[in-house]
Amino acid sequence: MRSVRHVGGSVVNGIWRLGYASRFFVLTLLKSPVSFRRFHQLTMREVYFTGVLSLIIIVVSGLFVGMVLALQGYETLQKYGSSEAVGTLVALSLVRELGPVVAALLFASRAGSAMTAEIGLMKATEQISAMEMMAVDPIARVIGPRFWGGVISMPLLAAMFSAVGVFGGYLIAVVLIGVDDGAFWSQMQAAVDWRQDVLNGVIKSCVFGVAVTAIALFEGYDAPPTAEGVSGATTRTVVTSSLAILGLDFILTAFMFTGV
Amino acid sequence: MATQNLIEVRDVTFTYDVRPVLKGINMTFARGKVVAVMGQSGCGKTTLLRLIGGALKPTRGEVRVAGQVVHELDTDGLYRMRRKMGMLFQFGALFTDLSVFDNVAFQMREHTDLPDSMIRDLVLMKLHSVGLRGAHGLMPSELSGGMARRVALARAIALDPMVIMYDEPFAGLDPISLSVIGNLIRRLNDALGATSIVVTHDVQESLKIVDYCYFMNQGVVEAEGTADAIKASTVPYVHQFVWGEMDGPVAFQYPCPPYTEDLNLGADRA
Repeated sequence: MRSVRHVGGSVVNGIWRLGYASRFFVLTLLKSPVSFRRFHQLTMREVYFTGVLSLIIIVVSGLFVGMVLALQGYETLQKYGSSEAVGTLVALSLVRELGPVVAALLFASRAGSAMTAEIGLMKATEQISAMEMMAVDPIARVIGPRFWGGVISMPLLAAMFSAVGVFGGYLIAVVLIGVDDGAFWSQMQAAVDWRQDVLNGVIKSCVFGVAVTAIALFEGYDAPPTAEGVSGATTRTVVTSSLAILGLDFILTAFMFTGV
Repeated sequence: MATQNLIEVRDVTFTYDVRPVLKGINMTFARGKVVAVMGQSGCGKTTLLRLIGGALKPTRGEVRVAGQVVHELDTDGLYRMRRKMGMLFQFGALFTDLSVFDNVAFQMREHTDLPDSMIRDLVLMKLHSVGLRGAHGLMPSELSGGMARRVALARAIALDPMVIMYDEPFAGLDPISLSVIGNLIRRLNDALGATSIVVTHDVQESLKIVDYCYFMNQGVVEAEGTADAIKASTVPYVHQFVWGEMDGPVAFQYPCPPYTEDLNLGADRA
């Protein structure tokens, strides 16, 4: 009986939290015009914090992922005598999947967790309450700029990841292994479609940006105002964001590339 | 004509879930006065401040500020009212990403169209009034606890509020800072013609500066009166609180079974 009650309590709590999160997300969207009109400088500052400061991890990771793809791809493709197609393999893998997904996972770990910790600590030190008492809406002043900063940064970081990854693939395939330079680029150019591949990749990264940033901000805003509460919220941000990214990626891929 | 009482708390009951925190309390806060609300931790003092500030709605009863019933205000009305209120949080609650200057200027920039040059002068005047004009370029992380509290005080009076609320302003301060904050509360209240509500359990420091005092215990007002009346009170709870007695209505021992029973004394040990 107790276990049934426990399960029931968890389900009710989960639904309540989902409802609260949805309301928080809708409020953030409704107050976005105020965030843009009055706090656009803060939004740009957040683009710097979440985007520019994440560049190092994105660039280094993208470079290594591209290099590994080229090494693995070349090993397989040369067995079929089509090693020149390694450029196509690297580019399609990055633009369609790995660019948006890995960049979003890195973004969640680096920028998402930082956002949650910052908002959680602002709450724990009563800065959010102080703002409310000063008749300043924290959703418009604190949450809105961070949300749009994250949403703007995410596709740019994913694009940077893919571009650097392709360059990493070029270094390994052309410079190190000796695949023909012209074949590498021309096959890639012929195979990668702007709308089907690049645009869908950008849409994916935008969706991931909205999901990760919304989760990170909600977890911070909802965190219990204690050290343990903030630490738990930060962990939940990374775990929930990662699962959301992978789940959303499956759904988006099913619609975009398989015609489901 | 304005009534003498700026804030009136009428028959207010407030419960968190099913736990009653305030049980039908009545209080009035007269214009221009400094009023202390004292009591043990968890007796409902901070909840009272949150009800006055409109952060919580009473389960029953009403809080009136300048004639307006707070919980009946819509969001815009509530925010308009809060612009006339200042609040000093327990540990200052300064915005850690803004300098001392920007913290004090925060409300001026948000709620007024004053030019930067005028905001600069006003901020320096506010900081001068708390003795920290020279610290305007520092970040909150570079301030001591007492300095942070004074900056927060300057921020709370940035828009010359009609009500200033203090949540445990003396907590964790050294004797000099304690005295400085106490004097500032009194002086700023008189200079601004404001009404101050000081929620505290620092009896000795607060009784030096307040005009009136409420004592709360377990969600009800146990006693009220001037500082002298409170010091002379024979109400057991107030007497214990004011004179810091170890035992009394607030028992030293947490509720437990008899000592002899816990230590198994007198039992058959065979």
